[in-house]
Amino acid sequence: METIVFALLNGVIYGLLLFMLSSGLTLIFSMMGVLNFAHASFYMLGAYFAFTISGSSSFWIALFIAPVLVGLVGAVVERYGLRKVHANGHVAELLFTFGLAYLIEEVVKIVYGKTSVDYRIPDLLDFPAFTIYGASFPAYRIFMLFVAIGMLVGLWVLLKKTRAGLIIQAALTHPHMVGHLGHNVPLIFMTVFGIGCALAGLAGVIGGNIFVTDPAMAVQMGPIVFVVVVVGGIGSLEGAFLASLLIGLLQNFAVGISASFGEIFGFLGLSTTSELGSITISSLAPMLPFLLLVLMLIFRPRGLMGEQEL
Amino acid sequence: MTIKTAALAAAVSVVAVTAASADTIKFAFIDPLSGPFGPSGEAAYTTFQLAAEKINEAGGVNGDMIEVTGYDNKINPKESLVQLQKAIDSGARYILQGNGSSVASAIIDAVEKHNKRNPGEEVLFFNYAAVTPAFTNERCSFWHFRFDAHADMKMNAITDYIKGNEDIKKVYLIGQDYIFGEAVAAAAEGQLGEKRPDIEIVGNELHPLGKVKDFTPYIQKIIASEADAVITGNWGADMQLLMKAAGSSGSDIPYFTFYGGSLGAVSSLGEASIGQLHQVTEGITNQDASDEQYALIEEYKERFPTYDYYYHRAFNTLNMFDMAAEKAGSADPIAVAKALEGLTMEQAYGTVTMRAEDHQAQQPLFISTVSDDVKYGVDNIDLGWKLVEGGEISAEAASAPTTCEMERPE
Repeated sequence: METIVFALLNGVIYGLLLFMLSSGLTLIFSMMGVLNFAHASFYMLGAYFAFTISGSSSFWIALFIAPVLVGLVGAVVERYGLRKVHANGHVAELLFTFGLAYLIEEVVKIVYGKTSVDYRIPDLLDFPAFTIYGASFPAYRIFMLFVAIGMLVGLWVLLKKTRAGLIIQAALTHPHMVGHLGHNVPLIFMTVFGIGCALAGLAGVIGGNIFVTDPAMAVQMGPIVFVVVVVGGIGSLEGAFLASLLIGLLQNFAVGISASFGEIFGFLGLSTTSELGSITISSLAPMLPFLLLVLMLIFRPRGLMGEQEL
Repeated sequence: MTIKTAALAAAVSVVAVTAASADTIKFAFIDPLSGPFGPSGEAAYTTFQLAAEKINEAGGVNGDMIEVTGYDNKINPKESLVQLQKAIDSGARYILQGNGSSVASAIIDAVEKHNKRNPGEEVLFFNYAAVTPAFTNERCSFWHFRFDAHADMKMNAITDYIKGNEDIKKVYLIGQDYIFGEAVAAAAEGQLGEKRPDIEIVGNELHPLGKVKDFTPYIQKIIASEADAVITGNWGADMQLLMKAAGSSGSDIPYFTFYGGSLGAVSSLGEASIGQLHQVTEGITNQDASDEQYALIEEYKERFPTYDYYYHRAFNTLNMFDMAAEKAGSADPIAVAKALEGLTMEQAYGTVTMRAEDHQAQQPLFISTVSDDVKYGVDNIDLGWKLVEGGEISAEAASAPTTCEMERPE
């Protein structure tokens, strides 16, 4: 029972954080047609910007300013980088984002050093919210939950309920028609790219302090975000949402289970002392998202909610 | 310039270069200087540098100066071998490494091979922290010297302490998923089974090395298991993040660790670490020592304010090298290795002897816990390490037998 409750709580929070990251990526994919390899780098930038800003002022200011800054960096990248590269096709764009990811990592290393920085959660939220089964649950995680839900609702309202959202959705699928109707499509693309990066930045601001803010955080987060986007169905926000929660829960449930293969499949004659039998479910946790990715590509290539096949 | 004078000039410069290099003894420090374990490497690197400076100030080794150069191996065994080659090519004959038994294992093999193939250019490996017992048992090597107590010895100290504590009935083991984490878990299980068969091991968990960013699920599992104590060999970021999660989950379970002194571990757990977080080391800053030692601790803190005086064994390593080289009258690795065997040195926290059989340093160990009433704090807060009652373990008691059968050069 404890295991289920803990895994649900942690899984949902981690899942929502993943969604914050992958929603931007999936929006950008719908727009460009290629995966943005540098997306997780914007997550890292968010954490580092927040570290700097909260050091000189406060976390609450960083919470608003840092994502905006990251969004502006993203917009600049789109306007002066990607837009020019776009003329040379998808491969060039892909390579561009690939190079950009490395560039951002190296710049971060030069500016902030090669080891992690001490980015802490704000004192105001540094207390246990409640206690279940003897373990106290930090208030900051509840705060993360609310920020993520707030972002989710905000994004949904923006895309589905406003005129701007309507134009964005139209521009993603029918850019030429939207252009002919007199809308500035390049500006829309720049805005979408900027918003996508800002969301990743926001994830960095609230995730960087409960995880670790170091130059490797982009490389570590990158693959998981791709898994979310592919499993959810490329270009589908609803799919990304489901996939984020699925992966968050899957990983946290796996960590909570100490049973080994030998104990589970003992009836097949697998001994707990054998090589295979001694593997525990919890040690498989880091592998599970990628297993899901591979299986998804084999059996349902368009993902959970995707409209097109890869 | 005629050809003759050019040749002469070249000859002179060659002489000048060899003369200059004869004056420095190059040590290559191969450890992580970036990434999640960067702070562990950096703290040790700075300690080695200070130790080298102290020896050089006192006249050097037979008049020669020690130079320690850092090579970042990103805690990757493959990368370490590239760095090792780079170090050997640049003239280093002494290798310092400690962070990660996976790396140490690769270096031991590479050094063996190098020395077999390049007689006259032997290289010695001074291991200051990779504590997998095998390195001084079945896998022992003449070219390898370990200046830190190995996992079985440290675990012995911990299990002896737990033996006398009747309140502990359930123990949870958590460690890093590689050769060292496995060794720690095996030592804990074996020794507890022998000394306190009534203790139930309620969890035996290995997590990926340096990859877990949020230990909260693991801590919640530990709390749910109702363990009375946790034993862990975690170090570096894995130790600090484990404590961060323990702190925010309000866990009040005692932790018995090898490396609770890892940067940031005490400050992450905060007040909850008082009397609960324990570590086993070769000495702590707050125990009785000479004024000279206190001055050294203060100098280190002043020079490297991010870190704390923790790697006392780095001083032991270089000081013993200094002694051995002076005894041998040469800095030649084979002569130094032979002089190191059985060498005894008085150091700040007791006597250390390099056992000839297996090249494992024998030294007293100390169990300490966190207190708010100490001379020197750590992590730039007021909390620091204090010896627990009965926490002194003599070198004899800390010693462990060896199965080493060493092949020695002629």
